Amino acid sequence: MPSMQADLDHAATTPPRPEALEVLQRWVGSANASAQHLPGQASRRAVEHAREQAAAALGCGPHDIVFTSGGTEADNLAIKGIAWAASAARGGPVHLVTSAIEHAAVLEPARWLAARGDIELDVMPPRPDGTVDIDEVLASVRDGSDGRAPTALVSIMGANNELGAVNDVARLGAGLRERGVALHVDAVQCIATLDVSLERWSADALAVSAHKIGGPQGVGVAVLRRGLQVESLAHGGGQDRGLRSGTFAVGLIAACGLALERAADERDALRARLIDLSDRLATGLLGIGGVRRSGPKDASDRLASHVHVMIDGVDSTALALGLDAAGVFASAGSACSSGAASGSHVVDACGLAGAPLRLSLGWTSTVAEVDHAIATLAELVPRLRQGGAVFGLEAPVARHGASPVDA
Amino acid sequence: MARVLVAMSGGVDSAVAAGLLQEQDHDVTGVHLRLADVPDAQQVPGHGCCGLDDAQDARRTAQILDIPFYVWDMTEIFAREVQGPFAREYAAGRTPNPCVTCNERVKYAALLDRALDLGFDAIATGHHARLERGGEPVVIPGPDARLVRGRDVAKDQSYVLHMATPDQLAVTLLPVGELLKAEVRAHAHATGMRVAGKPDSYDVCFIPDGDTAGWLSGELGERPGPVVDVDGTTIGEHRGVWGVTVGQRRGLGLDHHERRFVVDVDAATDTIVVGPRSALACRWVEVATPTWTTGVPIASGDQIRVQLRAHGSTVAARGVITQSGSLRLELDGPAHGVAIGQAAVVYDAMDHHCLGGGRITAAERPARLPILNGAGGR
Repeated sequence: MPSMQADLDHAATTPPRPEALEVLQRWVGSANASAQHLPGQASRRAVEHAREQAAAALGCGPHDIVFTSGGTEADNLAIKGIAWAASAARGGPVHLVTSAIEHAAVLEPARWLAARGDIELDVMPPRPDGTVDIDEVLASVRDGSDGRAPTALVSIMGANNELGAVNDVARLGAGLRERGVALHVDAVQCIATLDVSLERWSADALAVSAHKIGGPQGVGVAVLRRGLQVESLAHGGGQDRGLRSGTFAVGLIAACGLALERAADERDALRARLIDLSDRLATGLLGIGGVRRSGPKDASDRLASHVHVMIDGVDSTALALGLDAAGVFASAGSACSSGAASGSHVVDACGLAGAPLRLSLGWTSTVAEVDHAIATLAELVPRLRQGGAVFGLEAPVARHGASPVDA
Repeated sequence: MARVLVAMSGGVDSAVAAGLLQEQDHDVTGVHLRLADVPDAQQVPGHGCCGLDDAQDARRTAQILDIPFYVWDMTEIFAREVQGPFAREYAAGRTPNPCVTCNERVKYAALLDRALDLGFDAIATGHHARLERGGEPVVIPGPDARLVRGRDVAKDQSYVLHMATPDQLAVTLLPVGELLKAEVRAHAHATGMRVAGKPDSYDVCFIPDGDTAGWLSGELGERPGPVVDVDGTTIGEHRGVWGVTVGQRRGLGLDHHERRFVVDVDAATDTIVVGPRSALACRWVEVATPTWTTGVPIASGDQIRVQLRAHGSTVAARGVITQSGSLRLELDGPAHGVAIGQAAVVYDAMDHHCLGGGRITAAERPARLPILNGAGGR
């Protein structure tokens, strides 16, 4: 392993905050939070405290919070749960609208429901910059007056996980509320740097994951607005309104609550710092030549944490190996189930050409890491284009004149 | 020390190859090649090397050894260079060896090129075959490496590596060939690899259920034709010439003709010819485009040994290089069941060095004359 390392894959997972680990450690072996006895009550106190922390961080009430195993389960619960409840109420299939750049945790359950005939599905193409055209989505909503299945749910992500393109979900939410259609927002990727709020977005459901904000892996939150009809996917002991049966994972839930609270508290400062860092990173990468930044032109439409570029004339697998060898950990393509780098449906949907590379920043990111990544890529990319070896890059040190931004 | 990329199938041999190279102080990186896109529902645990379980097993071995590990998607080139030709060869009445094609077109082409481009000094596989330089096992890649049979003769796989050129052998390491299979398993066990007891795979890797005829009919559909005896009598019907291989006896649906073998396949007329074992006797084969692991053809008239199918025994022969560069092998005694499309692999007279070879493009077919006469000639 190279001595200098740069973790530029915070969008995949960001290191846990020490205080979240402390809470996890404290509660991981505690009593069953559904038990009536005093130790059980102590555990339940930790769960309910976390529920309040999560509610405050997500702009909703504590009764809207359902703890899950993570973002994927939260997305599945919202998509399947809302669609099934609505189709049961109607006595026939309902219409669902989503976008082609959603995470697989939204697209796959939606396609699965459509294949079963439970829903009629519209998948809206994105703009080339990775954003979703809100007016198109609103125009696709059906009220059922023409005899076709009415729209029960729209699911649009708060920001795309690869490109970092931010969607105007508040405008979408307002428009859908007028039409009486529920909105689910996959907020997994934007929770670290955007103010996620069920209330302000006029949304009905949200999905977030703790490990994107310094919490542990294996826990997340489905926000499901009280009053919204949702079918459970896991039947059993009836925990969390019967929507998610199963013993409360007290340690994970407590750490998730704390991580959400801290993330909300520190979000503005983090965003400001990451804007500087990602600007520095993007400027450095664009200096290499044959490198184009993906995503919206306007910085306010991009996540501060993400720099996504398309690189001409290089092979993705070679890029991945070269970055690893130089100690730069970034995402040069998502992996299929076997672990092979597979093409990105987001990159394809946006019609982008070249080798995609996502570098994502987080709360531990430093100028030194950014500069190490720039120096590595500035040497690696031309080498790859010339068919040169990916190993033995000179220990790249910051060779860029810009002054540190977090000094 | 060399920087070595090990192709890890998920089986025990390539796992131990990686371990041995690490013990030899090489800088080892593992790569699992995703070759065939076998749908999960069709994957048979323990069969083939294209399933999720195999990728997982390879990854776990890399973790045990603490080496970097990647999965490379080569499904496109595998479909184009191996699976497609496999079906087309059968449709043309030949019997291809997909492992030979895979080594030639995937491992010794796409994989090796990419590895060298990336800066690796060599690739390694878990094949049971050895490389020797000056009579000593090759542990450092470099020129003058000679391909020889694996120490475990029963497991020897030099046959499927016969197409390697000297340049390719110079950037290859085959550490497992020095071990008996039992020693390979013992090594894996001692290293704590969970693949230590994993069964060997014998099937075509992209046909995990072993039903090659079923896979081929899925690819090629049906093209029925007559099953004709060498005397010209039509004695049955078949659904496609790709269902059989020359030398085959069972599975012909000829209950009353137990002693009938497939002696020839003619795709042009969709005819399968059956006959007695004597009609299989083959005294010469031709290879239109042989290649040589030594870089030079054998001298015409050299006494050699020839292996005509994977895991088959060898026959003594004399090789003749024709003016066009093709290789004609005159066998000292008749071989039975020689299928066009299989590789004829040439070993030295000691049956030790693998000298080269190539796909069989023609072979003596004693049955041809009677059937063609009986069918009106051609």
